[in-house]
Amino acid sequence: MSSLDHHDHDHDHAHDHARTLRKDQDDTITHYRAMEIAVRELLIEKGIITPDGVRRAVEFMDGRNPEYGARMVARAWVDPAYKLRMLKDGSAAAAELGLDVGPLKLVVVENTPTLHNMIVCTLCSCYPRNLLGLPPDWYKSRNYRSRAVNEPRVVLREFGTVIPDDVEVRVHDSTADMRYLVLPRRPAGTETLDEAALARLVTRDSMVGVALADTP
Amino acid sequence: MTGTPPNAAYPPRFKTGDTVKVLKVDVPGHVRTPWYIRGHVGTIERYCGAFPNPEELAYARSGLPAQPLYRVQFRQRDVWPDYAGPAHDTIDIEIYQHWLEPAGGASR
Repeated sequence: MSSLDHHDHDHDHAHDHARTLRKDQDDTITHYRAMEIAVRELLIEKGIITPDGVRRAVEFMDGRNPEYGARMVARAWVDPAYKLRMLKDGSAAAAELGLDVGPLKLVVVENTPTLHNMIVCTLCSCYPRNLLGLPPDWYKSRNYRSRAVNEPRVVLREFGTVIPDDVEVRVHDSTADMRYLVLPRRPAGTETLDEAALARLVTRDSMVGVALADTP
Repeated sequence: MTGTPPNAAYPPRFKTGDTVKVLKVDVPGHVRTPWYIRGHVGTIERYCGAFPNPEELAYARSGLPAQPLYRVQFRQRDVWPDYAGPAHDTIDIEIYQHWLEPAGGASR
């Protein structure tokens, strides 16, 4: 269906076309888009990569999700020795659980009764994709990127997260070669939960630091 | 690049706890030091290792010798004169060594 004939029908239904119908992003051939297509087609023609290999790589990248990071957090909650190793070297702690963080260095920052951490990348959208998947749109927005650094408490309140004034708020601007994961506080009343049940309380946003972990 | 060993890196000049000042300069091209932090004084939180300079890599140069990278911690009230939160709020930023100078002299 083209976007033109889509508008021939009556508009007495409730959905909002502007939100449900996303414009294709291949309508203009920019310099870099042309270069990507040219390089990809050449590499395929020369037998260096295959279309299936490209598809698999995209599928793998799209398949990464916050459950990976949540596994690390839940392990840290039940295993104090693992937590110490994780705070010292996040990449090695990820590898311990069989998670591949690639060449980037992972820094894990711990929330405590006196410290709340939140992550932003003011320059672009650096994000621990290997552990959390693709970043949410708001993380990449100019609004979040500019305001998280100079009015973090206001931004946190907009996310429904109120940090008391006696708790320090520490923003981490991810500008270079490190990637950041927040280790949220373990919620009260979770003493009897096992590691898998704990991991289900660890949301994506709690690991970016704009929310707390869920309570059971 | 001819004559540059692959592991070449500048030695780290700073250690955790050192007070440093971010250069307040306006340079063209690909730059990794956010504008808002230039000219401000902070404390080295940790040394992160040395990495090929991304400001060189962006132009297909080798980025070598690698630049030491630090996490530098700043007080929010030092960074933003109108910061509305408590005095203990902080911001940590990764900054490459060539953007840092020892602080302690007269601040501008």
